[in-house]
Amino acid sequence: MTDMMRLIEPLIPVLRRYARALLRNPTDADDLVQDCLERAVGRWHQRQVDGDTRTWLFAILHNLAVTQMRQRARRGAHMPIEDTAEANLAVAPTQESGLRHRDLMSALDALPEEQRSVLLLVTVEGLSYAETAEILAIPTGTVMSRLSRARDRMLQLMDGAEAAVPAKRPLLRRVK
Amino acid sequence: MTMRPISDDDLQRLLDERLDAARRREVETYLNDHPEARARVDRLVALGEEMRAAFAPIAAEPVPAQLNLSRIVEARRRPQRPVWQAMAAGLLLLLGGAGGWGLRDVVSSAPAGIEALAQAASMNYAVYAPDHTRPVELAAADRDELAGWFSARLKRPVGVPDLSSSGYHLMGGRLVATQQGPAGLLMYDDGHGARFVMLMRPMSVPGDAPMQTHISATSNGYAWAQDGLGYSLVGAADPVVLHPLANDIRRATAKKI
Repeated sequence: MTDMMRLIEPLIPVLRRYARALLRNPTDADDLVQDCLERAVGRWHQRQVDGDTRTWLFAILHNLAVTQMRQRARRGAHMPIEDTAEANLAVAPTQESGLRHRDLMSALDALPEEQRSVLLLVTVEGLSYAETAEILAIPTGTVMSRLSRARDRMLQLMDGAEAAVPAKRPLLRRVK
Repeated sequence: MTMRPISDDDLQRLLDERLDAARRREVETYLNDHPEARARVDRLVALGEEMRAAFAPIAAEPVPAQLNLSRIVEARRRPQRPVWQAMAAGLLLLLGGAGGWGLRDVVSSAPAGIEALAQAASMNYAVYAPDHTRPVELAAADRDELAGWFSARLKRPVGVPDLSSSGYHLMGGRLVATQQGPAGLLMYDDGHGARFVMLMRPMSVPGDAPMQTHISATSNGYAWAQDGLGYSLVGAADPVVLHPLANDIRRATAKKI
């Protein structure tokens, strides 16, 4: 029990960060982390004892997030970027950095889900390729190729946003 | 001996600082000779820094109470079935008379809009809240399944509000029939036998409707609509208890969808 607390608790801030980066809505993200923690507590005895707690938790969180994002996509619900970009900032942005931030977030949103998770896990969470592969249950080679595609796509999307030239796919889609 | 050709994997590894020193030197040499590749790598380094900077504040935020691990562990330990059975017999007797009479009263008119929603909620409260064999069809443990079920049948995303911070625990829920089609019914209890239900169904008109109070012989309720989804909270509890709870739920669901 104390072992569980000691191993899980320090990871909650980074789980929140990954959830927020994926879902982009702070309330949804924290609900997701809560679900993840509840499952982790419930399945603590089922995990591989020699396994890495961080990888195990990220995998639970990721699977929950994917399920939720797919449900959301199926139902056509859409979260307007305008409502959330600001909420992700701890400090109020200056106008220019705010726009830059918004471009970054829109580009991330426009990435295919499987590229976005690889990019976030490697770049933001600093996980190794092997750990990322384990979390996403894909081969390391696939992590590498998705990472490369994700990075180039980000540059392309952000160029598009800066030049105000529509990229191949629209940056901002509004359903409503 | 010639150098191994530089691959894209090498460039990715350079960005992620996962090259050994010897290979790193080789890659740097290659980049010095290939300005186009160098430009791409430079931009990708900047992108990585920008992403880390953008998300860093989130990990520095204090962890909200909702994610307090001790609380989550504690919540799991709490017994799922509270000691309310003793009260149930008395409650049933009461509802047999008053409940039936109350229902006759409510059913006689044919209201619409929020009124109809409130009425459906009161009826379902009268039927399911006193049931001690199967008050809910899906237990709280199947929260995700419950949300998925409701969302599928109501044809829009429906969340299952967590009211544990207000001292109420989700028992579970079921799908119920109303004049206007399927509705999701959630049931909560306070651990001392006091239950209330929340009914949710799409309204025929989109948008919001202000909160209305409805009081019948057997229950008190609050109903409102938010973004085209109608909510009605019904319980035997005093309006002093129910009203703030309704406000909590409205606040919680406002951000959800």
